[in-house]
Amino acid sequence: MADNVTPRIRVPREASAGETITIKTLISHPMESGQRKDRDGNVIPRSIINRFTCEFNGQSVIDITLEPAISTNPFLEFQAIVPESGTFEFTWYDDDGDIYTDSKEIVVS
Amino acid sequence: MKKTLTSIGAVCFAMAVPFGQAFADEDADLVVNGELEITVRAPAPAHAENLDEITSGWVYRSTETQAFQLDDFENPGMIFVDSGIESWNTVEGEAGESCASCHGDAEEMAGVSATYPKWNDDAEEVRTLTMQINDCRTEQMGAEEWAYDKSDLLNMTALLASVSRGMPVNVAIDGPAAAAWEQGRDLYYTRTGLLELSCANCHEDNYGNNIRADHLSQGQINGFPTYRLKNARLNGVHSRFRGCVRDTRAETYAVGSPEFVALELYVASRGNGLDVEGPSVRN
Repeated sequence: MADNVTPRIRVPREASAGETITIKTLISHPMESGQRKDRDGNVIPRSIINRFTCEFNGQSVIDITLEPAISTNPFLEFQAIVPESGTFEFTWYDDDGDIYTDSKEIVVS
Repeated sequence: MKKTLTSIGAVCFAMAVPFGQAFADEDADLVVNGELEITVRAPAPAHAENLDEITSGWVYRSTETQAFQLDDFENPGMIFVDSGIESWNTVEGEAGESCASCHGDAEEMAGVSATYPKWNDDAEEVRTLTMQINDCRTEQMGAEEWAYDKSDLLNMTALLASVSRGMPVNVAIDGPAAAAWEQGRDLYYTRTGLLELSCANCHEDNYGNNIRADHLSQGQINGFPTYRLKNARLNGVHSRFRGCVRDTRAETYAVGSPEFVALELYVASRGNGLDVEGPSVRN
């Protein structure tokens, strides 16, 4: 399993209804591609985050498949329209079966 | 800031000025998180006798690379600072202490980074921040030394640099440190390697010019440790020195050697007046 995996998220605390907000996420992860070999010539097994999703109040905002060519500590930035106050749920799926989650509240005035 | 090209020893680089390249905005100002102003241009200190103005390496990078440092969330170096905070609070060694046991919060160390390398009276030597951290580990904590310029250490120096951001580098070069400073100065102006290049040939005579595809900076070290996009990790000052000396096709001094400590003191002193910026983001 990958060590020191820490998700980080930035969502504005408040927004006005219907506003387009920018969400930034970063997860520290080695994203080992599975193409490299160690000193003894053995293939280093692939270990990447293969899927990332974001939901707002249970509704899907974005669902991404990540591929091995994505570099270490993947940073994802996207926009979303917020109709109402609620919670963004973020989920990262690791190759080794681990799932990392985090959430952020937003207040819409 | 563009200077006239001066000859670089026997090197025969293509001297044509490239066009269509994304040059840095050399007049941009560095404001981190929209609030912390960082001095990236300052009048040169008197002892940097061949410079009028000193400029941080940030100035020479492309707009996109510069942008990484405007927001801690987007600065990949800050991930390593988080790891540094973890080590800061971790109890290690026979004494059962962590860094925090003596020093409190890492924020208490604000300004420390800006004064290193620094003369140590008891040890009668000039010490880099790295040497001081290791001294703390072996003498105070009874823990193992960390390898010079390797990840544990770089995470820690990145943490210490990050809490000193916005404070001017102020390295003492007089008194007992003078001898090491002179040695560092000699190294700076000594040509090495098959290419017969000194630090000054690139970073004093030709900053602002291109060395093939790369935009030469003054080689200031106020931004170290540096997250380099080419290797996606933090890089220490001595490792960078080694890379530079190697590129002149010379046998290099070792990372952590007295020669590089002296050179670090001298190069740091050339940046007296620039703000601490680490962990910075560079090519």
